Amino acid sequence: MSAPGVPLLEIRDLEVAYGHVHAVRRISLRVNAGQVVTLIGPNGAGKTSTLAAVAGLLRPQGGQVLLEGRDVTGLPAHRAVEQGIVLVPEGRSILARMSIEENLVLAAEARTPRPPTAEQRRRVEAQFARFPVLGERRKLPAGSLSGGEQQMLAFARALLMSPRILLLDEPSMGLAPLLVRRVFDLVEEIHREGATVLLVEQNARLALQVSDHAYVLERGHIVLQGPSSELAADPRVQAAYLGGSTET
Amino acid sequence: MGQQIVNGLFLGSIYALFALGYTLVFGVLDILNLAHQAVFMICAYAALVLVVHLHMPIFAALPVAVLAGGLLGMVVDRIAFRPLRGRSDSNIAGLISSIALATILEAAVLQFFGPDVERFPFGTVPTRSIQIGGAVVSELQIVIIAIAVAMLLGLTWLLRRTRLGRRIRAVAESPKAARVLGVDVDRIISASFFVSSALGAAAGVLFGLAFNNVAPDMGRSVELKGLAVIVLGGMGSMPGAALAGVALGLLEVFTVAWIGSSYRDAVAFGVLFLVLVLRPRGLLGPAALREA
Repeated sequence: MSAPGVPLLEIRDLEVAYGHVHAVRRISLRVNAGQVVTLIGPNGAGKTSTLAAVAGLLRPQGGQVLLEGRDVTGLPAHRAVEQGIVLVPEGRSILARMSIEENLVLAAEARTPRPPTAEQRRRVEAQFARFPVLGERRKLPAGSLSGGEQQMLAFARALLMSPRILLLDEPSMGLAPLLVRRVFDLVEEIHREGATVLLVEQNARLALQVSDHAYVLERGHIVLQGPSSELAADPRVQAAYLGGSTET
Repeated sequence: MGQQIVNGLFLGSIYALFALGYTLVFGVLDILNLAHQAVFMICAYAALVLVVHLHMPIFAALPVAVLAGGLLGMVVDRIAFRPLRGRSDSNIAGLISSIALATILEAAVLQFFGPDVERFPFGTVPTRSIQIGGAVVSELQIVIIAIAVAMLLGLTWLLRRTRLGRRIRAVAESPKAARVLGVDVDRIISASFFVSSALGAAAGVLFGLAFNNVAPDMGRSVELKGLAVIVLGGMGSMPGAALAGVALGLLEVFTVAWIGSSYRDAVAFGVLFLVLVLRPRGLLGPAALREA
Protein backbone atom coordinates (compact mmCIF):
# COMPACT_ATOMS: atom_id res chain seq x y z
CA MET A 1 0.00 0.00 0.00
CA SER A 2 1.25 3.44 -0.77
CA ALA A 3 2.01 5.87 1.97
CA PRO A 4 -0.58 8.64 2.33
CA GLY A 5 0.24 11.64 0.21
CA VAL A 6 2.53 9.72 -2.16
CA PRO A 7 0.92 9.41 -5.56
CA LEU A 8 0.83 5.95 -7.11
CA LEU A 9 2.43 7.31 -10.27
CA GLU A 10 4.31 10.55 -10.51
CA ILE A 11 5.97 11.95 -13.59
CA ARG A 12 8.46 14.77 -12.99
CA ASP A 13 9.85 16.94 -15.78
CA LEU A 14 9.68 14.09 -18.27
CA GLU A 15 11.38 14.69 -21.60
CA VAL A 16 11.09 12.43 -24.61
CA ALA A 17 12.76 13.08 -27.95
CA TYR A 18 13.15 11.24 -31.22
CA GLY A 19 16.55 12.38 -32.43
CA HIS A 20 16.27 16.15 -32.44
CA VAL A 21 12.48 16.18 -32.39
CA HIS A 22 11.14 16.81 -28.92
CA ALA A 23 7.86 14.99 -28.38
CA VAL A 24 7.49 15.67 -24.67
CA ARG A 25 9.01 18.73 -22.96
CA ARG A 26 9.38 18.55 -19.20
CA ILE A 27 5.90 17.51 -18.24
CA SER A 28 4.85 16.61 -14.73
CA LEU A 29 1.73 14.81 -13.61
CA ARG A 30 0.41 12.71 -10.75
CA VAL A 31 -1.99 9.81 -10.53
CA ASN A 32 -3.25 8.87 -7.06
CA ALA A 33 -4.20 5.31 -6.16
CA GLY A 34 -7.70 4.46 -7.31
CA GLN A 35 -7.95 7.47 -9.62
CA VAL A 36 -8.65 7.61 -13.31
CA VAL A 37 -6.56 10.42 -14.76
CA THR A 38 -6.81 11.38 -18.40
CA LEU A 39 -4.35 13.03 -20.70
CA ILE A 40 -6.09 14.70 -23.62
CA GLY A 41 -4.85 16.76 -26.50
CA PRO A 42 -4.54 16.86 -30.25
CA ASN A 43 -2.68 14.40 -32.44
CA GLY A 44 1.09 14.66 -32.05
CA ALA A 45 0.89 16.39 -28.68
CA GLY A 46 3.11 13.75 -27.08
CA LYS A 47 0.46 11.66 -25.32
CA THR A 48 1.56 8.30 -26.70
CA SER A 49 5.23 9.15 -26.15
CA THR A 50 4.48 9.90 -22.51
CA LEU A 51 2.85 6.51 -21.98
CA ALA A 52 5.59 4.73 -23.93
CA ALA A 53 8.23 6.33 -21.71
CA VAL A 54 6.40 5.30 -18.52
CA ALA A 55 5.94 1.74 -19.84
CA GLY A 56 9.61 1.40 -20.79
CA LEU A 57 9.12 1.22 -24.54
CA LEU A 58 11.02 4.48 -24.94
CA ARG A 59 13.89 5.82 -22.89
CA PRO A 60 13.19 9.33 -21.66
CA GLN A 61 15.88 11.98 -22.24
CA GLY A 62 15.23 13.52 -18.88
CA GLY A 63 13.01 13.66 -15.85
CA GLN A 64 11.76 10.95 -13.53
CA VAL A 65 9.02 8.38 -13.32
CA LEU A 66 8.14 7.37 -9.76
CA LEU A 67 5.93 4.45 -8.79
CA GLU A 68 4.81 4.86 -5.18
CA GLY A 69 7.80 7.12 -4.69
CA ARG A 70 10.32 4.63 -6.10
CA ASP A 71 12.31 5.64 -9.15
CA VAL A 72 11.39 3.47 -12.14
CA THR A 73 12.73 5.83 -14.81
CA GLY A 74 14.09 4.11 -17.89
CA LEU A 75 13.34 0.54 -16.82
CA PRO A 76 13.02 -1.75 -19.84
CA ALA A 77 9.45 -2.74 -20.64
CA HIS A 78 9.57 -6.21 -19.09
CA ARG A 79 10.90 -4.77 -15.84
CA ALA A 80 8.19 -2.13 -15.85
CA VAL A 81 5.60 -4.90 -16.19
CA GLU A 82 7.21 -6.67 -13.22
CA GLN A 83 6.63 -3.48 -11.25
CA GLY A 84 2.96 -3.50 -12.24
CA ILE A 85 3.06 -0.85 -14.96
CA VAL A 86 0.80 -2.29 -17.65
CA LEU A 87 0.22 -0.65 -21.01
CA VAL A 88 -2.59 -1.27 -23.48
CA PRO A 89 -0.96 0.31 -26.51
CA GLU A 90 -2.58 2.19 -29.31
CA GLY A 91 -3.69 -0.34 -31.90
CA ARG A 92 -4.00 -2.89 -29.09
CA SER A 93 -0.98 -5.06 -29.97
CA ILE A 94 -2.83 -8.33 -29.70
CA LEU A 95 -1.04 -11.42 -31.00
CA ALA A 96 -3.25 -12.11 -34.00
CA ARG A 97 -1.81 -15.50 -34.95
CA MET A 98 -2.03 -16.93 -31.44
CA SER A 99 -5.31 -18.11 -29.97
CA ILE A 100 -7.46 -15.87 -27.80
CA GLU A 101 -6.77 -18.18 -24.90
CA GLU A 102 -3.01 -18.10 -25.45
CA ASN A 103 -3.09 -14.31 -25.47
CA LEU A 104 -4.70 -14.44 -22.04
CA VAL A 105 -2.43 -17.17 -20.70
CA LEU A 106 0.63 -15.14 -21.73
CA ALA A 107 -0.76 -12.25 -19.71
CA ALA A 108 -1.69 -14.40 -16.72
CA GLU A 109 1.83 -15.78 -16.48
CA ALA A 110 3.54 -12.47 -17.22
CA ARG A 111 4.37 -11.56 -13.63
CA THR A 112 4.52 -15.03 -12.12
CA PRO A 113 7.35 -17.17 -13.51
CA ARG A 114 6.25 -20.37 -11.75
CA PRO A 115 2.56 -19.97 -11.14
CA PRO A 116 0.18 -22.49 -9.71
CA THR A 117 -1.58 -23.39 -12.94
CA ALA A 118 -4.94 -23.93 -11.26
CA GLU A 119 -4.86 -20.35 -9.99
CA GLN A 120 -3.88 -19.12 -13.44
CA ARG A 121 -6.72 -21.04 -15.07
CA ARG A 122 -9.16 -19.58 -12.58
CA ARG A 123 -8.03 -16.06 -13.43
CA VAL A 124 -8.26 -16.67 -17.18
CA GLU A 125 -11.74 -18.15 -16.72
CA ALA A 126 -12.74 -15.06 -14.72
CA GLN A 127 -11.88 -12.91 -17.75
CA PHE A 128 -13.83 -15.24 -20.03
CA ALA A 129 -16.76 -14.73 -17.67
CA ARG A 130 -16.37 -10.96 -17.91
CA PHE A 131 -16.06 -11.10 -21.71
CA PRO A 132 -18.22 -14.03 -22.87
CA VAL A 133 -17.51 -13.24 -26.51
CA LEU A 134 -13.87 -14.19 -25.89
CA GLY A 135 -14.73 -17.36 -24.02
CA GLU A 136 -16.95 -18.66 -26.79
CA ARG A 137 -14.09 -18.42 -29.27
CA ARG A 138 -11.12 -19.11 -27.05
CA LYS A 139 -9.39 -21.51 -29.44
CA LEU A 140 -9.62 -19.21 -32.47
CA PRO A 141 -6.78 -16.93 -33.56
CA ALA A 142 -7.08 -13.54 -31.90
CA GLY A 143 -6.86 -11.96 -35.35
CA SER A 144 -10.32 -13.31 -36.14
CA LEU A 145 -11.89 -10.94 -33.62
CA SER A 146 -13.42 -7.63 -34.68
CA GLY A 147 -11.76 -4.37 -33.63
CA GLY A 148 -14.03 -3.95 -30.60
CA GLU A 149 -13.53 -7.55 -29.53
CA GLN A 150 -9.79 -7.14 -29.88
CA GLN A 151 -10.01 -4.17 -27.54
CA MET A 152 -11.88 -6.38 -25.04
CA LEU A 153 -9.09 -8.93 -25.38
CA ALA A 154 -6.48 -6.23 -24.79
CA PHE A 155 -8.33 -5.14 -21.64
CA ALA A 156 -8.70 -8.71 -20.39
CA ARG A 157 -5.01 -9.29 -20.97
CA ALA A 158 -4.04 -6.13 -19.13
CA LEU A 159 -6.24 -7.01 -16.15
CA LEU A 160 -4.67 -10.48 -15.96
CA MET A 161 -1.29 -8.84 -15.53
CA SER A 162 -2.43 -7.50 -12.12
CA PRO A 163 -1.63 -3.89 -12.92
CA ARG A 164 -0.87 -1.40 -10.16
CA ILE A 165 -1.32 1.24 -12.81
CA LEU A 166 -3.03 0.68 -16.12
CA LEU A 167 -1.95 2.87 -19.03
CA LEU A 168 -4.59 3.01 -21.76
CA ASP A 169 -3.56 4.51 -25.08
CA GLU A 170 -6.48 5.63 -27.25
CA PRO A 171 -8.69 2.65 -26.38
CA SER A 172 -11.60 4.01 -28.42
CA MET A 173 -9.62 4.60 -31.59
CA GLY A 174 -11.12 3.12 -34.72
CA LEU A 175 -14.21 1.75 -32.98
CA ALA A 176 -17.86 2.25 -33.91
CA PRO A 177 -19.76 4.64 -31.56
CA LEU A 178 -21.57 1.84 -29.72
CA LEU A 179 -18.27 0.11 -29.01
CA VAL A 180 -16.67 3.38 -27.95
CA ARG A 181 -19.38 3.64 -25.28
CA ARG A 182 -18.70 0.05 -24.24
CA VAL A 183 -14.98 0.78 -23.84
CA PHE A 184 -15.64 3.78 -21.61
CA ASP A 185 -18.17 1.78 -19.57
CA LEU A 186 -15.41 -0.71 -19.06
CA VAL A 187 -13.04 2.00 -17.85
CA GLU A 188 -15.67 3.07 -15.31
CA GLU A 189 -16.20 -0.56 -14.32
CA ILE A 190 -12.55 -1.20 -13.54
CA HIS A 191 -12.37 2.20 -11.84
CA ARG A 192 -15.14 1.07 -9.46
CA GLU A 193 -13.18 -2.11 -8.84
CA GLY A 194 -10.35 0.07 -7.56
CA ALA A 195 -8.01 0.19 -10.54
CA THR A 196 -5.70 3.13 -11.09
CA VAL A 197 -5.73 4.30 -14.70
CA LEU A 198 -3.85 6.82 -16.81
CA LEU A 199 -6.00 7.25 -19.92
CA VAL A 200 -4.84 8.88 -23.13
CA GLU A 201 -7.70 9.85 -25.42
CA GLN A 202 -8.66 11.99 -28.34
CA ASN A 203 -12.31 11.59 -27.43
CA ALA A 204 -12.04 14.32 -24.81
CA ARG A 205 -15.75 14.39 -23.97
CA LEU A 206 -15.95 10.78 -22.85
CA ALA A 207 -12.49 10.84 -21.32
CA LEU A 208 -13.51 13.76 -19.09
CA GLN A 209 -16.72 11.97 -18.15
CA VAL A 210 -15.01 8.85 -16.86
CA SER A 211 -11.99 10.48 -15.19
CA ASP A 212 -11.34 12.21 -11.87
CA HIS A 213 -8.57 14.50 -13.02
CA ALA A 214 -7.35 15.66 -16.41
CA TYR A 215 -4.29 17.14 -18.06
CA VAL A 216 -4.30 18.85 -21.45
CA LEU A 217 -1.17 18.28 -23.50
CA GLU A 218 -0.29 20.48 -26.48
CA ARG A 219 2.97 20.28 -28.43
CA GLY A 220 4.74 18.48 -25.61
CA HIS A 221 3.61 20.87 -22.85
CA ILE A 222 0.87 20.57 -20.27
CA VAL A 223 -1.22 23.66 -20.86
CA LEU A 224 -4.14 23.02 -18.50
CA GLN A 225 -5.00 20.70 -15.69
CA GLY A 226 -7.66 20.22 -13.05
CA PRO A 227 -10.53 18.06 -11.91
CA SER A 228 -12.22 16.60 -14.97
CA SER A 229 -15.60 18.17 -14.23
CA GLU A 230 -13.99 21.64 -14.05
CA LEU A 231 -12.06 21.12 -17.26
CA ALA A 232 -15.19 19.94 -19.03
CA ALA A 233 -16.77 23.26 -18.08
CA ASP A 234 -13.74 25.34 -19.07
CA PRO A 235 -14.49 27.43 -22.17
CA ARG A 236 -11.01 26.91 -23.60
CA VAL A 237 -11.39 23.15 -23.37
CA GLN A 238 -14.89 23.32 -24.79
CA ALA A 239 -13.73 25.36 -27.75
CA ALA A 240 -10.67 23.28 -28.53
CA TYR A 241 -11.70 19.75 -27.64
CA LEU A 242 -15.39 19.44 -27.08
CA GLY A 243 -16.32 21.11 -30.34
CA GLY A 244 -19.62 22.68 -29.29
CA SER A 245 -21.89 19.94 -28.06
CA THR A 246 -21.83 17.21 -30.67
CA GLU A 247 -21.37 13.70 -29.32
CA THR A 248 -18.45 11.96 -31.02
CA MET B 1 12.16 -49.57 -53.07
CA GLY B 2 11.58 -50.18 -49.35
CA GLN B 3 15.31 -49.87 -48.86
CA GLN B 4 15.37 -46.46 -50.56
CA ILE B 5 12.49 -45.24 -48.46
CA VAL B 6 14.29 -46.20 -45.26
CA ASN B 7 17.50 -44.55 -46.47
CA GLY B 8 15.60 -41.47 -47.52
CA LEU B 9 13.79 -41.15 -44.21
CA PHE B 10 17.08 -41.56 -42.44
CA LEU B 11 18.80 -38.79 -44.40
CA GLY B 12 15.67 -36.66 -44.37
CA SER B 13 15.34 -36.80 -40.60
CA ILE B 14 18.82 -35.31 -40.25
CA TYR B 15 17.98 -32.56 -42.77
CA ALA B 16 14.77 -31.90 -40.88
CA LEU B 17 16.60 -31.48 -37.57
CA PHE B 18 19.11 -29.13 -39.13
CA ALA B 19 16.46 -27.09 -40.94
CA LEU B 20 14.16 -26.85 -37.92
CA GLY B 21 16.89 -25.07 -36.01
CA TYR B 22 17.43 -22.77 -38.96
CA THR B 23 13.71 -22.11 -39.26
CA LEU B 24 13.23 -21.42 -35.58
CA VAL B 25 15.65 -18.48 -35.59
CA PHE B 26 14.33 -17.34 -38.95
CA GLY B 27 10.78 -17.36 -37.60
CA VAL B 28 11.70 -15.43 -34.47
CA LEU B 29 14.13 -12.89 -35.91
CA ASP B 30 13.41 -12.86 -39.66
CA ILE B 31 17.12 -13.46 -39.94
CA LEU B 32 19.13 -16.27 -41.47
CA ASN B 33 21.76 -17.45 -39.06
CA LEU B 34 24.47 -18.60 -41.42
CA ALA B 35 26.62 -19.68 -38.48
CA HIS B 36 24.17 -22.54 -37.97
CA GLN B 37 26.26 -24.85 -40.13
CA ALA B 38 29.39 -24.04 -38.09
CA VAL B 39 27.59 -25.12 -34.90
CA PHE B 40 26.53 -28.28 -36.75
CA MET B 41 30.16 -29.02 -37.65
CA ILE B 42 31.76 -28.06 -34.32
CA CYS B 43 29.36 -30.23 -32.35
CA ALA B 44 30.15 -33.22 -34.53
CA TYR B 45 33.79 -32.62 -33.55
CA ALA B 46 32.79 -32.18 -29.92
CA ALA B 47 31.11 -35.59 -29.91
CA LEU B 48 34.11 -37.10 -31.65
CA VAL B 49 36.53 -35.71 -29.06
CA LEU B 50 34.32 -36.94 -26.21
CA VAL B 51 34.19 -40.43 -27.70
CA VAL B 52 37.80 -40.74 -28.89
CA HIS B 53 39.68 -38.93 -26.17
CA LEU B 54 37.43 -39.11 -23.15
CA HIS B 55 36.13 -42.59 -24.04
CA MET B 56 32.56 -41.61 -23.43
CA PRO B 57 29.85 -43.81 -24.90
CA ILE B 58 28.12 -42.01 -27.77
CA PHE B 59 24.81 -41.90 -25.93
CA ALA B 60 26.46 -39.82 -23.24
CA ALA B 61 28.48 -37.76 -25.71
CA LEU B 62 25.43 -36.82 -27.80
CA PRO B 63 23.57 -34.92 -25.05
CA VAL B 64 26.78 -33.18 -23.99
CA ALA B 65 27.44 -32.08 -27.57
CA VAL B 66 23.83 -30.93 -27.94
CA LEU B 67 24.08 -28.86 -24.76
CA ALA B 68 27.38 -27.39 -25.95
CA GLY B 69 25.73 -26.57 -29.27
CA GLY B 70 22.94 -24.73 -27.50
CA LEU B 71 25.40 -22.67 -25.49
CA LEU B 72 27.45 -21.95 -28.61
CA GLY B 73 24.25 -20.72 -30.25
CA MET B 74 23.75 -18.22 -27.43
CA VAL B 75 27.32 -17.02 -28.02
CA VAL B 76 26.57 -16.66 -31.74
CA ASP B 77 23.56 -14.50 -30.89
CA ARG B 78 25.61 -12.42 -28.49
CA ILE B 79 28.49 -11.83 -30.91
CA ALA B 80 26.95 -11.83 -34.38
CA PHE B 81 23.41 -10.56 -33.85
CA ARG B 82 22.71 -8.70 -30.62
CA PRO B 83 25.18 -5.83 -31.19
CA LEU B 84 23.42 -5.11 -34.49
CA ARG B 85 19.86 -5.30 -33.18
CA GLY B 86 17.85 -2.13 -33.60
CA ARG B 87 19.81 -0.98 -36.63
CA SER B 88 17.74 -0.41 -39.73
CA ASP B 89 20.01 -2.77 -41.69
CA SER B 90 20.18 -5.40 -38.94
CA ASN B 91 18.93 -8.21 -41.18
CA ILE B 92 21.60 -7.94 -43.83
CA ALA B 93 24.25 -6.95 -41.28
CA GLY B 94 23.43 -10.00 -39.16
CA LEU B 95 23.57 -12.22 -42.21
CA ILE B 96 27.06 -10.97 -42.99
CA SER B 97 28.35 -11.09 -39.43
CA SER B 98 27.08 -14.66 -39.06
CA ILE B 99 28.92 -15.65 -42.25
CA ALA B 100 32.03 -14.05 -40.75
CA LEU B 101 31.59 -15.94 -37.50
CA ALA B 102 31.05 -19.22 -39.37
CA THR B 103 34.24 -18.63 -41.34
CA ILE B 104 36.21 -17.91 -38.18
CA LEU B 105 34.89 -21.02 -36.42
CA GLU B 106 35.59 -23.18 -39.44
CA ALA B 107 39.13 -21.81 -39.72
CA ALA B 108 39.71 -22.48 -36.03
CA VAL B 109 38.61 -26.09 -36.41
CA LEU B 110 40.76 -26.47 -39.50
CA GLN B 111 43.73 -25.12 -37.59
CA PHE B 112 43.14 -27.44 -34.65
CA PHE B 113 42.12 -30.69 -36.33
CA GLY B 114 43.54 -30.30 -39.83
CA PRO B 115 41.65 -30.77 -43.07
CA ASP B 116 41.45 -34.56 -42.96
CA VAL B 117 38.25 -36.43 -42.36
CA GLU B 118 38.00 -37.80 -38.83
CA ARG B 119 36.10 -40.95 -38.00
CA PHE B 120 34.40 -42.37 -34.96
CA PRO B 121 36.18 -45.54 -33.75
CA PHE B 122 34.67 -48.86 -34.75
CA GLY B 123 32.06 -49.96 -32.23
CA THR B 124 30.92 -46.43 -31.32
CA VAL B 125 27.50 -47.21 -32.69
CA PRO B 126 25.62 -50.49 -33.05
CA THR B 127 26.55 -52.17 -36.31
CA ARG B 128 23.92 -54.88 -36.47
CA SER B 129 21.20 -54.77 -39.08
CA ILE B 130 17.74 -56.14 -39.19
CA GLN B 131 15.39 -57.08 -42.04
CA ILE B 132 12.12 -55.20 -42.33
CA GLY B 133 10.18 -56.43 -45.33
CA GLY B 134 12.70 -56.37 -48.14
CA ALA B 135 14.83 -53.66 -46.59
CA VAL B 136 17.98 -54.01 -44.56
CA VAL B 137 17.86 -51.47 -41.78
CA SER B 138 20.82 -50.85 -39.52
CA GLU B 139 20.22 -50.29 -35.85
CA LEU B 140 22.01 -46.97 -36.27
CA GLN B 141 19.45 -45.84 -38.82
CA ILE B 142 16.61 -46.77 -36.50
CA VAL B 143 18.23 -44.97 -33.58
CA ILE B 144 18.88 -41.85 -35.64
CA ILE B 145 15.32 -41.72 -36.97
CA ALA B 146 14.00 -42.28 -33.45
CA ILE B 147 16.17 -39.48 -32.01
CA ALA B 148 15.09 -37.12 -34.79
CA VAL B 149 11.41 -37.92 -34.27
CA ALA B 150 11.77 -37.55 -30.50
CA MET B 151 13.41 -34.13 -30.95
CA LEU B 152 10.70 -33.02 -33.36
CA LEU B 153 8.02 -34.02 -30.88
CA GLY B 154 9.94 -32.37 -28.06
CA LEU B 155 10.22 -29.15 -30.04
CA THR B 156 6.52 -29.20 -30.87
CA TRP B 157 5.70 -29.71 -27.21
CA LEU B 158 8.07 -26.92 -26.19
CA LEU B 159 6.59 -24.43 -28.64
CA ARG B 160 2.93 -25.37 -28.11
CA ARG B 161 2.68 -26.19 -24.44
CA THR B 162 5.27 -24.34 -22.39
CA ARG B 163 5.62 -20.80 -21.15
CA LEU B 164 8.94 -20.47 -23.01
CA GLY B 165 7.33 -21.73 -26.22
CA ARG B 166 4.44 -19.29 -25.95
CA ARG B 167 6.90 -16.49 -25.41
CA ILE B 168 9.04 -17.55 -28.36
CA ARG B 169 5.95 -17.52 -30.58
CA ALA B 170 4.90 -14.15 -29.18
CA VAL B 171 8.30 -12.62 -30.01
CA ALA B 172 8.20 -14.27 -33.44
CA GLU B 173 4.87 -12.61 -34.18
CA SER B 174 5.52 -9.17 -32.71
CA PRO B 175 8.42 -8.12 -30.48
CA LYS B 176 6.50 -5.01 -29.43
CA ALA B 177 3.38 -6.91 -28.43
CA ALA B 178 5.58 -9.36 -26.52
CA ARG B 179 7.30 -6.50 -24.68
CA VAL B 180 3.97 -5.12 -23.56
CA LEU B 181 3.20 -8.56 -22.10
CA GLY B 182 6.32 -8.37 -19.96
CA VAL B 183 8.49 -10.56 -22.18
CA ASP B 184 12.23 -9.88 -22.04
CA VAL B 185 12.72 -10.05 -25.80
CA ASP B 186 16.53 -10.32 -25.71
CA ARG B 187 16.30 -13.28 -23.37
CA ILE B 188 13.74 -15.05 -25.50
CA ILE B 189 15.87 -14.53 -28.60
CA SER B 190 18.83 -15.96 -26.71
CA ALA B 191 16.72 -18.98 -25.68
CA SER B 192 15.61 -19.43 -29.29
CA PHE B 193 19.24 -19.55 -30.35
CA PHE B 194 19.87 -22.16 -27.67
CA VAL B 195 17.08 -24.40 -28.89
CA SER B 196 17.89 -23.80 -32.54
CA SER B 197 21.58 -24.55 -32.14
CA ALA B 198 20.93 -27.59 -29.96
CA LEU B 199 18.90 -29.02 -32.85
CA GLY B 200 21.69 -28.11 -35.28
CA ALA B 201 24.21 -29.76 -32.97
CA ALA B 202 22.14 -32.95 -32.79
CA ALA B 203 21.93 -32.96 -36.58
CA GLY B 204 25.72 -32.55 -36.78
CA VAL B 205 26.48 -35.43 -34.43
CA LEU B 206 23.96 -37.70 -36.15
CA PHE B 207 25.28 -36.72 -39.58
CA GLY B 208 28.84 -37.50 -38.43
CA LEU B 209 27.72 -40.88 -37.13
CA ALA B 210 25.59 -41.69 -40.15
CA PHE B 211 28.37 -41.18 -42.67
CA ASN B 212 31.18 -41.75 -40.19
CA ASN B 213 32.70 -38.61 -41.52
CA VAL B 214 33.58 -35.48 -39.57
CA ALA B 215 35.38 -32.70 -41.45
CA PRO B 216 35.71 -28.92 -41.17
CA ASP B 217 33.65 -28.35 -44.32
CA MET B 218 30.88 -30.82 -43.52
CA GLY B 219 28.43 -28.02 -42.81
CA ARG B 220 28.68 -26.47 -46.25
CA SER B 221 26.47 -28.77 -48.29
CA VAL B 222 24.01 -29.21 -45.43
CA GLU B 223 23.74 -25.43 -45.16
CA LEU B 224 22.48 -25.15 -48.73
CA LYS B 225 20.10 -28.07 -48.19
CA GLY B 226 18.87 -26.38 -45.03
CA LEU B 227 18.13 -23.18 -46.94
CA ALA B 228 16.30 -25.19 -49.59
CA VAL B 229 14.27 -26.90 -46.87
CA ILE B 230 13.26 -23.57 -45.29
CA VAL B 231 12.05 -22.26 -48.63
CA LEU B 232 10.42 -25.55 -49.61
CA GLY B 233 8.62 -25.86 -46.29
CA GLY B 234 7.35 -22.30 -46.35
CA MET B 235 9.46 -19.58 -44.76
CA GLY B 236 9.29 -19.88 -41.00
CA SER B 237 6.88 -22.84 -40.90
CA MET B 238 8.10 -25.51 -38.47
CA PRO B 239 5.93 -28.41 -39.70
CA GLY B 240 6.80 -27.32 -43.22
CA ALA B 241 10.51 -27.55 -42.48
CA ALA B 242 10.14 -31.03 -40.98
CA LEU B 243 8.11 -32.24 -43.95
CA ALA B 244 10.41 -30.61 -46.50
CA GLY B 245 13.50 -32.04 -44.78
CA VAL B 246 12.17 -35.57 -45.06
CA ALA B 247 11.00 -34.92 -48.63
CA LEU B 248 14.45 -33.69 -49.62
CA GLY B 249 16.10 -36.74 -48.06
CA LEU B 250 13.80 -39.10 -49.97
CA LEU B 251 14.31 -37.16 -53.18
CA GLU B 252 18.08 -37.38 -52.91
CA VAL B 253 18.10 -41.07 -52.19
CA PHE B 254 15.78 -41.86 -55.07
CA THR B 255 17.79 -39.67 -57.43
CA VAL B 256 20.95 -41.54 -56.53
CA ALA B 257 19.24 -44.90 -56.96
CA TRP B 258 17.44 -44.20 -60.21
CA ILE B 259 19.36 -41.48 -62.02
CA GLY B 260 22.86 -41.39 -60.60
CA SER B 261 24.64 -39.77 -57.72
CA SER B 262 26.05 -36.87 -59.74
CA TYR B 263 22.49 -35.59 -60.29
CA ARG B 264 21.65 -35.61 -56.60
CA ASP B 265 21.90 -31.87 -55.95
CA ALA B 266 20.65 -30.95 -59.42
CA VAL B 267 17.38 -32.80 -58.87
CA ALA B 268 17.00 -31.51 -55.33
CA PHE B 269 17.41 -27.89 -56.33
CA GLY B 270 15.44 -28.43 -59.55
CA VAL B 271 12.47 -29.51 -57.45
CA LEU B 272 12.99 -26.50 -55.20
CA PHE B 273 12.85 -24.32 -58.32
CA LEU B 274 9.65 -26.00 -59.49
CA VAL B 275 8.00 -25.58 -56.10
CA LEU B 276 8.89 -21.91 -56.09
CA VAL B 277 7.34 -21.47 -59.51
CA LEU B 278 4.19 -23.49 -58.83
CA ARG B 279 3.66 -22.79 -55.14
CA PRO B 280 5.71 -19.77 -54.09
CA ARG B 281 4.66 -19.92 -50.47
CA GLY B 282 6.19 -23.39 -50.06
CA LEU B 283 4.50 -26.56 -48.86
CA LEU B 284 3.06 -25.22 -45.60
CA GLY B 285 3.89 -21.55 -45.76
CA PRO B 286 1.58 -18.77 -44.61
CA ALA B 287 -1.26 -18.14 -47.03
CA ALA B 288 -0.40 -14.56 -47.77
CA LEU B 289 3.15 -13.60 -48.56
CA ARG B 290 4.23 -10.11 -47.75
CA GLU B 291 3.85 -7.92 -50.77
CA ALA B 292 6.86 -6.06 -52.01
